[in-house]
Amino acid sequence: MTEPRFNPWLHRFAVLTALATLTLLGVGGLVTSHGVGMAVPDWPNTYGYNMFLFPPSKWVGGIFYEHSHRLVASGVGLLTTILAGWLWFAESRRWLRWLGVIAFFGVVLQGVLGGLRVVLFKDQIGIFHAALAQIFFTLVCALALFTSRWWTDGAGSSVPADRADGVARSAWANLRHLFLFTTILIFLQLILGATMRHQHAGLAIPDFPLAYGKLWPNMSSAAVVQYNQQRLEITAANAITPFQVGLQMVHRLTALVILVYLSAMVWRSRRREEADSRAVVKAPLSYVGGYHCAVLRKLAVFLLTLILVQASLGAWTIWSNKAADVVTAHVLIGALSLVTGVFGCLICFRRPAGNAGPVASTSQVVRPNARFSASVNL
Amino acid sequence: MKLNQSLALVAGFTAALQFATAGNITGKVTLKGTAPAEKDITGVTDAACSAGHTTPMKTRFFVVGSGGELADTVVILKGVPNAKSTGDTAAPLLIDQKGCEYVPYVGAVQTGQKILVKNSDQTMHNIHPSPANTAGGNKEENKAQFAGAADLTFTFPATENFLKFKCDVHPWMFSYITVVDHPYFAVTGKDGAFTIKDVPAGKYKIVALHRKAAPAGIEQDIEVTADGAKTDFALEAK
Repeated sequence: MTEPRFNPWLHRFAVLTALATLTLLGVGGLVTSHGVGMAVPDWPNTYGYNMFLFPPSKWVGGIFYEHSHRLVASGVGLLTTILAGWLWFAESRRWLRWLGVIAFFGVVLQGVLGGLRVVLFKDQIGIFHAALAQIFFTLVCALALFTSRWWTDGAGSSVPADRADGVARSAWANLRHLFLFTTILIFLQLILGATMRHQHAGLAIPDFPLAYGKLWPNMSSAAVVQYNQQRLEITAANAITPFQVGLQMVHRLTALVILVYLSAMVWRSRRREEADSRAVVKAPLSYVGGYHCAVLRKLAVFLLTLILVQASLGAWTIWSNKAADVVTAHVLIGALSLVTGVFGCLICFRRPAGNAGPVASTSQVVRPNARFSASVNL
Repeated sequence: MKLNQSLALVAGFTAALQFATAGNITGKVTLKGTAPAEKDITGVTDAACSAGHTTPMKTRFFVVGSGGELADTVVILKGVPNAKSTGDTAAPLLIDQKGCEYVPYVGAVQTGQKILVKNSDQTMHNIHPSPANTAGGNKEENKAQFAGAADLTFTFPATENFLKFKCDVHPWMFSYITVVDHPYFAVTGKDGAFTIKDVPAGKYKIVALHRKAAPAGIEQDIEVTADGAKTDFALEAK
């Protein structure tokens, strides 16, 4: 296999594509938050015009958001196509070339889904569109990571397995659990959020931390009829249902589980780090792979910070009666949380070549540029 | 031939007799208690929308008079024998878009009756009826309408309460149209009053529907004679 070489311009282009995709997520979030997803009735045209020739003077009201979303999406489609082609012709890692191809088909599928949601009037397509957007953003960010110097220079090397010790294995396993479990929960949470947003029913529960003044709201049909009578919705006029009230409660509980689990794991990880530091002479992290452990611990703290911000935005979403900018920030921080979790998983599961588990030694610390290859030959 | 003429004569006589014994139902709908304050509509970025308003736009959930008279209540008679929709020949209902608001906010039509949507604004709208009763044949549509464009026509073949018309360009714009399969219904005006005309004599149920105060409807018994009938409703804000 050819040794991978760092290509700075390819990496910069991948980062640009990731940033453009984050912008696209933000504009898409504004479309749903403002309730204007159907403001342009036709697709792929815009009010009968070629999309790229639609006069700016007609970008009024909700058209501004929906049309901007389409244009930014076209830009992301172009960037992704170039990135996929560049990877295909310039990248030595075969799996990475194919990831580029997957990204290309992903962005095409995403565009078609967006169009079909408009012309087929299906909220379910909107939910799938939102979920795929998160997956696509994660994929493009992963492409930026895989093309980075940090990742490329760390590939292909191995450290003997017999150097691992119990402490290191335990710490590594702790971090693996942390990232894997949290990332799965974050993804489920994002799908719950997308489902709630694409019901176009506003806030199914208007208060927080209580729910209709109780720890668990009355979800009987009679109670929900009364909730609907009391709602004074300005834009999201669809009536709420017991399912939607339940969905928001599950969303709240999942957020609590993520927050508590992540806090506990980060706290445990930091205590272990302190214990390791005391046990070993001056070594900040006392095992081979310690550099990666340190990165992961920092990443875990960063993820916890994101989740705390995300929880605050969730509460603010309710207190602001779903203000569009707050909800959109909630969507974006959710996407960044998922990417952070996935990055953690990628680093965790990128183990030294030829080993079944993490490699560690209480006497060695691996330098940042130490070479690794993952269990899936990443 | 003679038989046909006789049958036509009998049918005509029956119809005439029915008309002679038909009366009007009148009444008033009032709101008990205090309606919640309406909300200001914020985020209006289209200058053409503000042009038609001297005060900020507000929601229109409860249009209540000083004496509690409640507008936008749909009153429907139920159980009229052989009642059929005359929507094909009925005059169309006109919904206008003025100052980026639908007028009327609440209306009612018969199945098959035309609904004309007019754009009096100097801006573009999209007209997006999104029925719940799609299984019955009501179809979701989304049509563009530029300033000065011709009126758009919609019809619905199945009954439905408060079928929502929405403009996604101006996402606060809603109109709710109830579709009934006979001509015996009315919508209250600002004085809360309603009249259902030419109801055959008989005993029926009459129901009042209001989007917020009585979304499932409040039902009463009513007996109509040749002199008509009168009934009032008192709805409650929850």
